[in-house]
Amino acid sequence: MRAVSSAETAPTLHPFLVHAEELRVRAGRHLAVDGLDLALKAGVHGVLGPNGAGKTTLMRALSTVIKPAGGSLTLLGTRVDGRADLREVRRGLGYLPQQFGFYPRFTVREFVEYMAWLKEMPKTAIPDAVQRAIDRVGLTAKADTRMKALSGGMLRRAGIAQAIVNDPELLLLDEPTVGLDPEQRLTFRDLLRDLGTHSCVLVSTHLIEDVVAACTDVILMHEGRLLFQSTPDDLIARGGQGDAGDSPAERGYSAILRQHRSNA
Amino acid sequence: MTHPTPLMLARYADGGRGLDDAALWSIEVHLDACGNCREGLVAHVTPATADLLDRVAVSLDRTMATSPPPARQHSQAQAVSRRWLAWTLLPWLAVTVAVLGCGVLLNFAEPSLPSLVLLLAPVAPLPGVAVVWSRRSNPVWELIATTPAAGLAMVLRRTFAVLVVVLPALLAAGVSTGTSLALSLLPCLAFTAAALVLGAFIGVRRAAVGLGAAWSTAVLVPSVAAQSLSPVLQPDSTAVWAVITVALAASTVPAAPHFHRLTSGN
Repeated sequence: MRAVSSAETAPTLHPFLVHAEELRVRAGRHLAVDGLDLALKAGVHGVLGPNGAGKTTLMRALSTVIKPAGGSLTLLGTRVDGRADLREVRRGLGYLPQQFGFYPRFTVREFVEYMAWLKEMPKTAIPDAVQRAIDRVGLTAKADTRMKALSGGMLRRAGIAQAIVNDPELLLLDEPTVGLDPEQRLTFRDLLRDLGTHSCVLVSTHLIEDVVAACTDVILMHEGRLLFQSTPDDLIARGGQGDAGDSPAERGYSAILRQHRSNA
Repeated sequence: MTHPTPLMLARYADGGRGLDDAALWSIEVHLDACGNCREGLVAHVTPATADLLDRVAVSLDRTMATSPPPARQHSQAQAVSRRWLAWTLLPWLAVTVAVLGCGVLLNFAEPSLPSLVLLLAPVAPLPGVAVVWSRRSNPVWELIATTPAAGLAMVLRRTFAVLVVVLPALLAAGVSTGTSLALSLLPCLAFTAAALVLGAFIGVRRAAVGLGAAWSTAVLVPSVAAQSLSPVLQPDSTAVWAVITVALAASTVPAAPHFHRLTSGN
């Protein structure tokens, strides 16, 4: 007979991959995320909102870069707002920051390999996983080019490759479509749909069309709070003929913001 | 495991007609593992299947000829040269070694000065240590800070890389000027550990800058001005330095949770 530890009896499945309650996160001194409640399951979630809504700060908190100032944040079933060990959660994370820094001397392959190594992937699995990630973002022909020789769109795709190299359960992409040409954006939408079948993908963007085309879920943020969370069809249904915007989804977006501002 | 009969193999090769699903699956699983039965299967292959296999082989050959060759494996030496730290640290370490060299030369030229090697030893590792856990010097810090490898282990590994260069340089400088080795190496280690422990709370870069400034104003400048070595660097303080070094090195371990995140002070 032996004692059963609490780790063994803990549920291995959690209802939400991301669960935030009353989350508050600072960007400098300013409280950029202020009392956000959010629960996300697997799928592709598009984060929309005007400039300064707190999208990037939320992404940085979810990626464990910055520590929340208050509230609770649970990622993949583990609390990450205290002093807890973040290693296990971080193994299941993929992150593309808004300002994507890189080493100019590294080739794309070396860079993705280095990131795979930092993500503590098994050494034998790294070369294949790196090749697959590079193939998935369409950089196969540029795999051995130094990063300083890449265009903006290619750099963005190299950034996506390092984010997906470890098949993350939680993938955070901050403005991934910046610098991509229309054809690449279509390919990227396919990749998003593919990734969203098994993991929770959060895409922060200004491009409402990308969200409507590729996301299963729309999250609209305003001044650090959650304003709206539903399907893209629901967003479209909110828009009326009198609202600003060139597409039904844009009209829905501006209708929700207008309604919120008139209530405030 | 029972091998399928030739009749079953023939039916399997013909598309599985007359076999139920369970039989089909068990043959398939068996063929995966059994070379002899796969050879037996070849005899029953229909022309349509043979044609399909040929087409696959031809198109595979064509794709392999046009796609890029597999990546080369990198050697150990190349792996080191591809490390970010190796390139970023190089200028800092070069300056450190050059300053130590100047100290040695000055002591030879002006014997009345107190030993500059002893005075510079505590601050010698600080420029390198400031770089090891810093947002400013690493363009990829935001990505690295989200990986499981980030943490105290990474900081210690990089600090070790700094010491691998600084300690031999101090040793060489100490031997050439004939100063006490314990009094040059122990303060160097103590200040390295202090920068990490203090850095856990206020950021390693700030801690390194602060410690360097404090040592310069409290000991280095007064000693040079008075042309006599400060009492903290006299031979009888060796034991105190040893105790401080061990205590500070031990207290980096409880500070580990503070290195989970690369905070804005770094």
